[in-house]
Amino acid sequence: MLCDICNKNPATVHLTEIIDDQMNELHLCEECARQKSAQMEQQFGLSDLLAGMAEFEKPNVDKEADLLKCPSCKLTYADFKKIGRLGCGQCYSAFKKYLAPLLKRIHGSSQHVGKTPGKEKEVLEKVVDMVDTQELRSQLQKAIEAEAFEEAARLRDQIKALEQRQPSNINEVKEDKDATQ
Amino acid sequence: MQLSDLLKHTSEWLKGTGPNSDIVISSRVRLARNLEEFPFPHWASKAQGEEVLKKIENAKATIDFLKSATTFKLAELDNVDKQFLVERHLMSHEHAQKKNSKAVVIDDDEIIAIMVNEEDHLRIQVMQSGFNLFEAWGIINRIDDALSKELNFAFLSQWGYLTACPTNTGTGMRGSVMLHLPALVMTRQINRVLAAISKLSFTTRGLYGEGTQATGNFFQISNQVSLGHSEEEIIENINGLIKQIIEQENQGREVLLSQSKALLEDRINRSFGILKSAHIISSQETIELLSMVRLGSDLGMVADVDRSRINELFIITQPAHLQKLENKKITSQDRDMKRAELVRSKLGKVN
Repeated sequence: MLCDICNKNPATVHLTEIIDDQMNELHLCEECARQKSAQMEQQFGLSDLLAGMAEFEKPNVDKEADLLKCPSCKLTYADFKKIGRLGCGQCYSAFKKYLAPLLKRIHGSSQHVGKTPGKEKEVLEKVVDMVDTQELRSQLQKAIEAEAFEEAARLRDQIKALEQRQPSNINEVKEDKDATQ
Repeated sequence: MQLSDLLKHTSEWLKGTGPNSDIVISSRVRLARNLEEFPFPHWASKAQGEEVLKKIENAKATIDFLKSATTFKLAELDNVDKQFLVERHLMSHEHAQKKNSKAVVIDDDEIIAIMVNEEDHLRIQVMQSGFNLFEAWGIINRIDDALSKELNFAFLSQWGYLTACPTNTGTGMRGSVMLHLPALVMTRQINRVLAAISKLSFTTRGLYGEGTQATGNFFQISNQVSLGHSEEEIIENINGLIKQIIEQENQGREVLLSQSKALLEDRINRSFGILKSAHIISSQETIELLSMVRLGSDLGMVADVDRSRINELFIITQPAHLQKLENKKITSQDRDMKRAELVRSKLGKVN
C-alpha cells in the first residue's frame, strides 16, 4: 500500500481521523506522517487546548485572569495559558477561580475522592469541604426536582465521599507533625 | 547495579507471564507527585531542581524496598544509554530530552521505576507482566505511602494531588495496559473498538511514544480522567474495559481460524520465514513480523518458539539495545544487518 499523500513511499502509519462522527482512514509513509502529526500538534497544542477550555467558560474575564500571579512562584495566569503547565502547588489556590471550571471540564468532576497523603496541614480545608457539602446538597435538591437522576446520583456520591473523609482528616491533622514546615 | 546489568535479563513487562499473557503484554500504574515546597520542574531553577533530587534520594534511602534500587542521573548517561532506558519503558522519551537535575531510580527487577524531575517532581511507575493492574496498584500504593512519610506532597483535599499539568490532577494516576491485538486489526474491527474506547474517556497509544499509530498490532490503553474517581475505581474501570477487549480479540482469533485458517497460516509462516532468513531488516519490519509469529505461537501454529523468546526479540532488536549488546555505536545501516543476524541466531535454533 502506498502513502495517501505522496503516493511514493509505502504506507507504514495508519491514522484514523474522526471529524463530526465521520471516520476517515489515512495510510501514510513515515515522512508524511511526521508532517501530518506536526500539523495536528500545531492545531491542537495542549496549552491552547487547556487555555481554550478555560476561556470558553468566561470570555470577558480574559484580561483580569491574565494579570493574576501566583504569590509563591510568580507564574502568571497568562504564562499558564502559554505553556499549559502550572508553576507550583500554590498556583492551584492562586488561580482557583479559573482552574475550577477548567478541571471540571477536563475531568467531569471537581472533587478529589482518592487517597490522601495523610499529612494535611490546613484545618481550613475542612471548612472548605463543609461549605462544599452544603453547596452540593442544594445542587442535589435542584437535580432531584429537575428529575436529573444521573446528576443527582453523582452529587450524592460526592457528598458521601466528602463526609466520610472529614472525621479521618481531622484526626490526621492532629497526628501530623511535619518536620519540614 | 550498572546499566549494562539490565541486558542480562528480560524486562519485567516482557516476561510473557501473568494472567492473559497471550493478549496482555503488561500492566502499568503510574503516580505523579510533587514536593510542596518547590516549583514544578519546568519552572524551577537549577539549584531547586538539584535540591528536589537530593530530597528524593534521601527519602529513597530510608525506604526498605527502594534501598537496593539504583539512581541513574541523566547528566551522566550518553544518548544510547538514555534511549536504552526508553526502550525498556523505564523512562519516557520526554525525560531523555533535557538533562538538568533529572534522574531515574530503578529496582533490580525493573518492576519499579521512578523518574525524578520529569514533568512532575516524581513519576512513580510499577510494571507487571500480563493482566495484573491490581497487583501493580498494590505495590505502587505502598511505595507512595512510604514516600509520603518522608516527603511533603503538594495536595489539596478538594483537588487531590497537584500536578504541573491539570490533566493529571486528583489521583495523579494513570493505569495502562499494553495489548497485542492482531486479530482485531486483521478483521478490521480495531477502529470500531478504538472509537468506543475514546468515547469512554480512555486513550490509546502505540508501543513506543505518543502520536503514532500502533506498530506490530500493539496498543496501550490508559485512563484519561484522574479527578473525581478513586484509584480503585479507575483501576476497576480499566480492568472492565480490558476484559471486554480481550474477549473481542479472542472472538477475532476464532473468526480468523474458522474462516481463513490457510491464509493466516500462510501469513504467520511467511513472517517466520523472513525473520529466519533475512540479512537486512529494520526494527519496524522486525516488530511487525514478530507480531505475526507471536500470534502463531499463541495459536499453536509455529512450533517450539515460546512467548518469552519472541518477547525478548522485541526488545533486544531495538536500536539502543543492539548498540549496548555490541558495546559500541553502530550506524543505522549496520544495525539493520546486526539485527537480522541476531534474529536469525535466536530463531534459527528452532525448527
